[in-house]
Amino acid sequence: MGELNHKTIAQLRDGFRAGEFTAREIAEAFNAAVEAGRALNAYTVETPELALAAADSADVARGTNELKPLSGIPLGIKDLFATEGVDSTSGSNILKGFKPPYESTVSGKLKAAGAGMLGKLNMDEFAMGSSNETSAYGPVISPWKRNDGGNAALTPGGSSGGSAAAVAAGMAPGVTGTDTGGSIRQPAAFTGISGIKPTYGRCSRWGIVAFASSLDQAGPMARTVRDCAILLETMSGFDPKDATSLDLPVPQWEAGLSSDLKGKRVGIPREYRIEGVPVEINALWDQGIEWLKDAGAEVVPISLPHTKYALPTYYIIAPAEASSNLARYDGVRYGLRETGVKTLDDMYAATRAAGFGAEVKRRIMIGTYVLSAGYYDAYFTKAQKVRTLIKRDFAEAFRDCDVILTPTAPSSAFGLGEKMSDPLAMYLNDVFAVPASLAGLPAMSVPGGLDSQGLPLGLHLIGKELDEQGVLNAGLAIEERAGFTHRAEKWW
Amino acid sequence: MLPASRPFMSVNADQVRHVAKLARIAMSDSEVEAMVPEFNNILGWVEQLGEVDTDGVEPLTAVIDNHLRLRDDVVNDGNIRDKVLANAPDAQHGFFAVPKVIE
Repeated sequence: MGELNHKTIAQLRDGFRAGEFTAREIAEAFNAAVEAGRALNAYTVETPELALAAADSADVARGTNELKPLSGIPLGIKDLFATEGVDSTSGSNILKGFKPPYESTVSGKLKAAGAGMLGKLNMDEFAMGSSNETSAYGPVISPWKRNDGGNAALTPGGSSGGSAAAVAAGMAPGVTGTDTGGSIRQPAAFTGISGIKPTYGRCSRWGIVAFASSLDQAGPMARTVRDCAILLETMSGFDPKDATSLDLPVPQWEAGLSSDLKGKRVGIPREYRIEGVPVEINALWDQGIEWLKDAGAEVVPISLPHTKYALPTYYIIAPAEASSNLARYDGVRYGLRETGVKTLDDMYAATRAAGFGAEVKRRIMIGTYVLSAGYYDAYFTKAQKVRTLIKRDFAEAFRDCDVILTPTAPSSAFGLGEKMSDPLAMYLNDVFAVPASLAGLPAMSVPGGLDSQGLPLGLHLIGKELDEQGVLNAGLAIEERAGFTHRAEKWW
Repeated sequence: MLPASRPFMSVNADQVRHVAKLARIAMSDSEVEAMVPEFNNILGWVEQLGEVDTDGVEPLTAVIDNHLRLRDDVVNDGNIRDKVLANAPDAQHGFFAVPKVIE
């Protein structure tokens, strides 16, 4: 793998503009890495020709001085973004072969900004999972290995597991992810990269396969905080085609980056010190506190009293919304159809039985149950009330602080197969990520260090609504002090 | 509402079968049997929300305050029949075809 594969988006952009290398050279380097990295199963579709076409346009534009913000940058796109004419299946058999005749708003913005597409990225089926093991394409293998001399295949996290593995393995300088309850942040933490979920409504959901509409947000994943800022600027912005899109100007986050945190207060929520979390995770959290103090911030203890109820709240609301959203997969308009049954009703049921995997069925069933007559108030309405309290907790905490620091996940990457038999153990992976999702707040993971197994650990920053800048700046302060330059040793 | 003292609500195979019917997912008896304990594990776990006092609390409706926009009631899309049908498993005569509904 060439040196271009380990450059940041900012370095690629600036080097390309300065004429140090061409966009075609960049695209060729990443196309080659994608092909050489097939053992990781990170990509579900490879589109080297699209990456090259965008690169050639960028090289022409450089000659005529008509460069766009992402000219010369090839990206990977998570499989649930509709990409015109290219398979978009959300990691599910029920959408096998679906080629959208349209482009999602977010991927369309990236293309309009000059970016090329390297391919579509593997993910948990319908983004339901924390290990990428529910994908119809099989799990993504993390580029990382434990340092115990063993050869255990590890998860890159999920649901944006292909996205995370692609960046960590130098198979894309940046990618899109989506985050419903941690699906950008947990895989970023597991693979030693950065990822940000912006405020709910910043990125249009139009053309993104829906999982839980009140929680789903797109966001970038990349090597550095700066790269996340660059991509997020292009991905964000008002879209009349999404009813919950925020009609607000997009800040210049890259230009606004500053790791000087003087005058900023960082909140440390006591409820995030939970039992059973490895000592190393809490030690890194303490180190993160020191790093932010060193950057000039004042650290204050805060309380988010309803934290322990966030996961059960999420596992009512997200399945409920999913059961409604996934009702559209009926074998009529697109995707799989099971034939050989007599009635229309049997066709629906047989198609959905054949097309959905076990975790998706489980969530549709739970969601159907909590929305059904007689149970709606006891489960769904109750969960929405607790969600109000969780959101209120954050609002009160943000009177005393500007940004919140926590660990991203309660463990480092685990082995494939280790948690698949126990859904609740899998759900606990997102214990630190889910509260910010329920409250719609911007949050990001940045690499903090390695644990004793040699695996990456992330630190998690949660900001006030619309304050992506505060999150990015605190992330930058950690990035500068953590000096995380570790890379997975190439074995693939 | 869910009082904290209420006994653990559990489902049996018949109820799981009913939910599967509502969700339009065909399930064999063995799949239903396998799902009963999974279902009850998850329901038992989410029941802890009963501990939370939510008296007088409004259910959350919008996570970020936003106004619902109105647009002019005009046609702004359409005439793309072939695109709409392009991914259909069975398109005939410009329509989606399905198994016969009326004899």
